[in-house]
Amino acid sequence: MEKNISFKLKVWRQRGPKEKGQFKVYEMKEIPTDTSFLEMLDILNEQLINAGEEPVVFDHDCREGICGMCSLYINGHPHGPATGATTCQLYMRRFKDGETITVEPWRSAGFPVIRDLMVDRRAYDKIMQAGGYVSINTGGVPDANAIPISKEKADLAMDAASCIGCGACVAACKNGSAMLFVSAKVSQLALLPQGQVEAARRAKAMLSKMDELGFGNCTNTRACEAECPKCISISNIARLNREFIAAKLSD
Amino acid sequence: MATIDSKIPEGPLAEKWSNYKAHQKLVNPANKRKLDIIVVGSGLAGASAAATLGDLGFKVKCFCIQDSPRRAHSIAAQGGINAAKNYQNDGDSVYRLFYDTIKGGDYRSREANVYRLAEVSNNIIDQCVAQGVPFAREYGGTLANRSFGGAQVSRTFYARGQTGQQLLLGAYSALSYQVHQGNVELFTRCEMLDLVMIKDDEGKERARGIIYRDLVTGEIKRCSAHAVVIGTGGYGNAYFLSTNAMGSNGSAAMQCYRKGAWFANPAFAQIHPTCIPVHGDKQSKLTLMSESLRNDGRIWVPKKLEDAKKLQKGELNPNDIPDEDRDFYLERRYPAFGNLVPRDVASRAAKERCDKGYGVNNTGLAVFLDFKYAIQRLGKQAVADKYGNLFDMYEEITDVNPYENPMMIFPAIHYTMGGIWVDYELQTSIPGLFAIGECNFSDHGANRLGASALMQGLADGYFVLPYTIQNYLADQIQVPRFSTDLPEFDAAEKAVKEKIAKIMSIGGKRSVDSIHKELGHIMWEYVGMGRTEESLKTALKKLDEVEKTFWSDLRVPGDAQTLNVELEKALRLLDFIEIGKLMAYDGLNREESCGGHFREEHQTPEGEALRHDDKFSYVACWNYQGEGKAPELLKEPLNYEYIKVQTRNYKN
Amino acid sequence: MWLIDSSIGRKVVMSVTGAALILFLTFHMTMNCVALISGDAYNVICEFLGANWYAQVGTYGLAILMALHFVYAFILTIQNRRARGSERYAVTERPKSVEWASQNMLVLGIIVLVCLLLHLANFWSKMQLQELIHGTNFVPGQNGPTDGAFLIKYTFSQWYYVIIYTIWLAALWFHLSHGFWSMFQTVGWSGTKWQRRWQVIGIIYVTLLVLGFLSVVYLYFFKSLC
Repeated sequence: MEKNISFKLKVWRQRGPKEKGQFKVYEMKEIPTDTSFLEMLDILNEQLINAGEEPVVFDHDCREGICGMCSLYINGHPHGPATGATTCQLYMRRFKDGETITVEPWRSAGFPVIRDLMVDRRAYDKIMQAGGYVSINTGGVPDANAIPISKEKADLAMDAASCIGCGACVAACKNGSAMLFVSAKVSQLALLPQGQVEAARRAKAMLSKMDELGFGNCTNTRACEAECPKCISISNIARLNREFIAAKLSD
Repeated sequence: MATIDSKIPEGPLAEKWSNYKAHQKLVNPANKRKLDIIVVGSGLAGASAAATLGDLGFKVKCFCIQDSPRRAHSIAAQGGINAAKNYQNDGDSVYRLFYDTIKGGDYRSREANVYRLAEVSNNIIDQCVAQGVPFAREYGGTLANRSFGGAQVSRTFYARGQTGQQLLLGAYSALSYQVHQGNVELFTRCEMLDLVMIKDDEGKERARGIIYRDLVTGEIKRCSAHAVVIGTGGYGNAYFLSTNAMGSNGSAAMQCYRKGAWFANPAFAQIHPTCIPVHGDKQSKLTLMSESLRNDGRIWVPKKLEDAKKLQKGELNPNDIPDEDRDFYLERRYPAFGNLVPRDVASRAAKERCDKGYGVNNTGLAVFLDFKYAIQRLGKQAVADKYGNLFDMYEEITDVNPYENPMMIFPAIHYTMGGIWVDYELQTSIPGLFAIGECNFSDHGANRLGASALMQGLADGYFVLPYTIQNYLADQIQVPRFSTDLPEFDAAEKAVKEKIAKIMSIGGKRSVDSIHKELGHIMWEYVGMGRTEESLKTALKKLDEVEKTFWSDLRVPGDAQTLNVELEKALRLLDFIEIGKLMAYDGLNREESCGGHFREEHQTPEGEALRHDDKFSYVACWNYQGEGKAPELLKEPLNYEYIKVQTRNYKN
Repeated sequence: MWLIDSSIGRKVVMSVTGAALILFLTFHMTMNCVALISGDAYNVICEFLGANWYAQVGTYGLAILMALHFVYAFILTIQNRRARGSERYAVTERPKSVEWASQNMLVLGIIVLVCLLLHLANFWSKMQLQELIHGTNFVPGQNGPTDGAFLIKYTFSQWYYVIIYTIWLAALWFHLSHGFWSMFQTVGWSGTKWQRRWQVIGIIYVTLLVLGFLSVVYLYFFKSLC
């Protein structure tokens, strides 16, 4: 049954990328448990605005778990304690009356803080631009049914393709590695005949861009997989390793 | 009154597009490099257009307000994309897709545009598959299809419940490829704030650039180009609560409207029947449950009023109501299409039941979508395989397990068929300004069929605009690149800065959201699912009051020269208020019921929408007349040469 | 060179050197088990290896492998700390599926290294080293450089060595419980099914390995008590 809870909200406030940040504690009173986490932050912001203060800045958009815009490291977990869900899909019924909820931005050198809880994730775009595509132009492609693709392969590709690019993998990784993100795209395209043509080039290009942008080395801790809101498997990382090593050995 | 030339090519319907392409002007590769195009928006339409224009060789600048083009709200489309492939051998064809779309749109769209849409639908699927979009497949390796509302064939291609995501990521990857190639430059976290027009040698004003705000630094900047394309989506957030993303807005469209682009059919807003009902006043958005659920779920309310009352009070469990006491009202009213009637019909039917008191949930504003029957027929596993992720999402939000209890759903604002008026070439009434995707008004008439939005966005972006824009640009090859120091840019930037300063200096007490909620209530109450002359007039009055509240009582903390989310929202809210008024004006003018626009004065004795084709078979184009003035109405008559206009019938 | 300048390449070096070191440990453990049966038999093996050319090649090879494994571990850790950024999370919670060992490989590795140095001082410096430098720095009672059995008996009769070796082998167990499946993952010989299989195989293998070593330690310790 729905009820109201009160709790302390410890939120990271930081004016800009170069400025020093700190936690601020806000008392939240009588929040209905059927409120989503982001709606709870809306309530906080409404209170702050009414008090003439600047609202807490955080990224969000679709609020249905697919755009990948929302982030937030809540009580030690990217996207909060729920598994297989983004922050916008997290509801206050997951929290207890009287507890302290700590909200931090993604912390990684690859994702500098813009303000408060908002971080700069353009590095992911750059990795994609390095090779996360099939190099074709519009038009002049064969009929969609011309190449049969087994259901198993298509399903596996779809599993990998469901990555929303939110950055939780990097946020969760103690090494700040973006391997799960990179491997999801490499896997999706390596599994499909359309993408296999340039699979080797893609794996090398995307990985080297990831390294160049200062993301860390994967040490297989599996934290990314555990925290991924779309439950993307590290078997994709194994596939990326395979693709990359094979590509390098055949150079 | 200006005559409206929609530039429909000559010739028989099926040959119009081929004829157009055969005779249009093109730009040669050497000249393409000299031409700049601004694309505002990076959703299906914007990203696919930017990518395609880039690969043709134009120099493209693509703007989006999010941190990456991949965040655009196209990503949230769940169900699928239509195409007339007829892979299922169930009698589909380009003509049938065309026919269904015109009929679904309640005979308020252009024949030639819709036929072209149906024609290129097949190319879209080919293109997406080649990009590596992992569409669902059969065991034999061919593509799978499912059926959707308003059609009797299975022509919808899908990628689980994430088709929009996969198609957008496909377009985004094509865009990324062009960025890599150096043909497209990305401007993320940048919001267009005005359109800049410059007179050519003959004194004709053309769209030549934009003023935009860097949302991170707060700087106001300028960008010039030979043509401007806007693909900024719909304006459903005028209702505050909608299935749109929090950032979705109609501001770019409004900026163009204020510069002279006509706004067509604003009253045509689609209300999606399967959304999770509103639960409290803190709610920020409504979550859509895919229309595909209607394939297997059965929609019902109690037959007995007393059961409904008990359900509302929480004294009765829906599972305790026997089948004979359940009113499967869609199956009852529309035997031929049953639960798969088009969205507008399903939404109105739900409203009708709730208005009569049969609604469920503690608000009385919900109906049941029951999977009990599907689970009995197919088994729980099969249902989980098909809809598992949707069921999980529902449970996470409502704390109710839909395998055991029926889901509760209610209609919510979802898509806007109205938008910037465009001709056959997707050019607006401003030369050099093009509008694509949901942002324009074309193709869907008064109601959009499921799985057609993705089709239209990608058709515009991949296969239509890249041709038609060349017909315009072919005359511009002699025009050198524009400097952003021109007086027109100065003036536009000054106006933008003044507007921002004015907003920052209001110094009131209320947050943007609180005023936006007020606007939303007015829109839903008076310009919602059932409209009357009186309600629309009330809406206009109340919208003026909201505008006054905005200018007198708004508080935007912080300052404008840096990141300021409240300022972003305030600027958008101002445009939503104006859109609200446009919707009310259009609704008042259109004294008939059709598609998403239901005037209660105009209905059949059975409560179905009643069109007046003799009087309203036209596109209502609204021309801006200045601040505070009522817009001027221009009419583009709709001529049906190939289809017999009839009353929509989903009964038999 | 991709083994130096790409993240996967660097991990491949870790994986391959790690695999070689596990193979060496396996060989070492099998050899030790001989001491469970007979000290004399064990000394025969020690004699067979001694300072022969193949044992020397093996020693140098091992030293290179160890050095590579450690140098790369430090490089990777420094890079990873840099990638993490300057600000740390105030609250962290380890998800259930994340092994504790996987997040503490460097610490475990350092414990293993320090104990290894002690181990070399205990045994290698009294055996192969003496043979190589023709030295005579033996433990009183040790009968020449190949009297490994005596050194075992001598070392594990001292209770603190038993404790230190137990800690060492425990650290090794944790290190390898992650390292084993991780090396297959890194070279790409893994997938959804095999990842779990390697994990199970790894735990069994590493447990047997460590038990093999421990059994010698404790057998000689208990023998010394009687």
